[in-house]
Amino acid sequence: MIGKRLLAAIPSLIGVIIVTFLLTRALPGDPAAYFAGPAATKEAIEQIRIKLGLDKPLYLQFMRYVADLGRGDLGNSLTTGQPVAEEIKTRLPASAELTLLGLIVSIAIAVPLGIVAATRPNSVIDHCCRVISTAGVSLPVFFTGLILVYVFYYLLGWAPAPLGRLDVFFSPPPQVTGFYLIDSLIAGNGELFLAALKQLILPALTLGIFSLAPIARMTRASMLAALASDFVRTARASGLTPFTIVVTYAFRNAMLPVITTLGMVFSFLLGANVLVEKVFAWPGIGSFAVEALIASDFAPLQGFVLTMAVMYVALNLLIDILYGVIDPRVRIES
Amino acid sequence: MTNIALVGKGTAARDSGMFAVLRHARYILGENGITAFAFALFLLIVVAALIGPHIVPYDPLASDTAAALKPPSLAHWAGTDQLGRDVFSRVVVATRLDFFIALASVAMVFVMGGLAGVAAGFFGGWTDRVVGRIADTIMAFPLFVLAMGIVAALGNTVQNIVLATAIVNFPLYARIARTEANVLRDTGFVHAARLCGNGEIRILLGQVLPNIMPIMVVQMSLTMGYAILNAAGLSFIGLGVRPPTAEWGIMVAEGAAFMVSGEWWIAFFPGAALMIAVFCFNLLGDGLRDIVDPRRRT
Repeated sequence: MIGKRLLAAIPSLIGVIIVTFLLTRALPGDPAAYFAGPAATKEAIEQIRIKLGLDKPLYLQFMRYVADLGRGDLGNSLTTGQPVAEEIKTRLPASAELTLLGLIVSIAIAVPLGIVAATRPNSVIDHCCRVISTAGVSLPVFFTGLILVYVFYYLLGWAPAPLGRLDVFFSPPPQVTGFYLIDSLIAGNGELFLAALKQLILPALTLGIFSLAPIARMTRASMLAALASDFVRTARASGLTPFTIVVTYAFRNAMLPVITTLGMVFSFLLGANVLVEKVFAWPGIGSFAVEALIASDFAPLQGFVLTMAVMYVALNLLIDILYGVIDPRVRIES
Repeated sequence: MTNIALVGKGTAARDSGMFAVLRHARYILGENGITAFAFALFLLIVVAALIGPHIVPYDPLASDTAAALKPPSLAHWAGTDQLGRDVFSRVVVATRLDFFIALASVAMVFVMGGLAGVAAGFFGGWTDRVVGRIADTIMAFPLFVLAMGIVAALGNTVQNIVLATAIVNFPLYARIARTEANVLRDTGFVHAARLCGNGEIRILLGQVLPNIMPIMVVQMSLTMGYAILNAAGLSFIGLGVRPPTAEWGIMVAEGAAFMVSGEWWIAFFPGAALMIAVFCFNLLGDGLRDIVDPRRRT
């Protein structure tokens, strides 16, 4: 079953690679002149054209691009001269740690909120849920981040300065997973763990607020449907406690649509990540891409778009597989 | 002869359509206070977009270094920024650009996605497969990231922001139009039109397309908010609109550095304007959808 899902992801992957390839070829003007810089002579441009393979037909260029990708080569950054793949690899854990914590925050708030709203329709909590989920999607993520910084850093002084993953007085833990929270625990350094957590709270909360709306909405809607179903009525009639009915019977069935929504939530999160990283000076791949944008350095940006898209395809695949694990019917049908 | 008859029919249909829309609007506003509120906000935004530059108290680009970084006061309702420009005037003037970007991109995707989706649903076969494949490929990207890539590749201009925002919304429109057209393809009036000797394209444009309009219009209103957020996000990271142009995303970016030193008003007011605009479009879209298509209410 998993093999089938893997096969189904291949067309998406091919599409992603074609689009990222076309994006470089769509660069305005001559890519060779662009890569050579403004001061280059005609011969230099011609040399670069041959070096980049731009004198060959498009399909050969594409084959070359795919071959480079196969070797894990995403090109070099114009500004630093460093290989893009290397840079993305060192920065990825920072982004992943932030995004995952953001997702955990949003699930931790949205799912209970949705369940409570569904068990008490038209109560105060239900209205709160509706307002929060409409407001959540309306808040520009960079704006929420800045407001949180103003309130918790400038006014209250509870949060550290929004400048990266660790305060300057600390040095990062020895790298195992690349996640500072986990690495500091492995190193047994509680103080460092707290310092890393303090830096993470505000950006993760920002991402959480942004992405909780679809999860809360979907949880509420699918819980309402599950609670109105016959098996819940039967469970009620059998005298089971409300807690057992809501958690064991209704929630397990209501989870499926919620998990489907996670695909969309990830699309939001990965995009919002770029903006949040800029606000909090987070040294992840998002701010790497933004820096490249400002310097009109295209190779890092292309590498970034490709990495994000591949991760997103992989996440969707994971959600699909998870779906099969939770709902046995999906497995039987396939 | 047939042409004249057609034109006559078209105007009649448009008239009754206009009336229906007005009646609908009154019904929505009477039925639901929140939608009425959203509609009032929408009118405010439209007014600001239309006449904003003529009614603001200060020139949005005029700097006055003597009055830099002043907090909100009677003279400057929303304070002044680091160059002494009046934040309130800039926020109001920016409405036109932000509204234009969102409207243009939504209109563009309405045409592109709507036509492609209707054709896919109506004709089926390879048209359906091609449109479906394009939509799937776009959906394989995190949307904001794809928009970044498109603007960076095509060039850093406002037009490309409009185009990128339209492209990332394409799958949504194409899918909705496809589903609706697929249902309508087998309805009685389509068969009747075909029996009368109408060509396929004519049936598509004359019978199917008008009938999916209501749902598509709701979709436009729902995606307006997203389009504004997307465009503002792109200009926040330095794409598209350039300083000193007044635009909400770039104004928040300019004010961001002052947030940590306590000058909150520079980023707050444009951010709040952005939030209110998006909130308004989302509420309006929800209200419209409840009326036009009650099945999708959540």
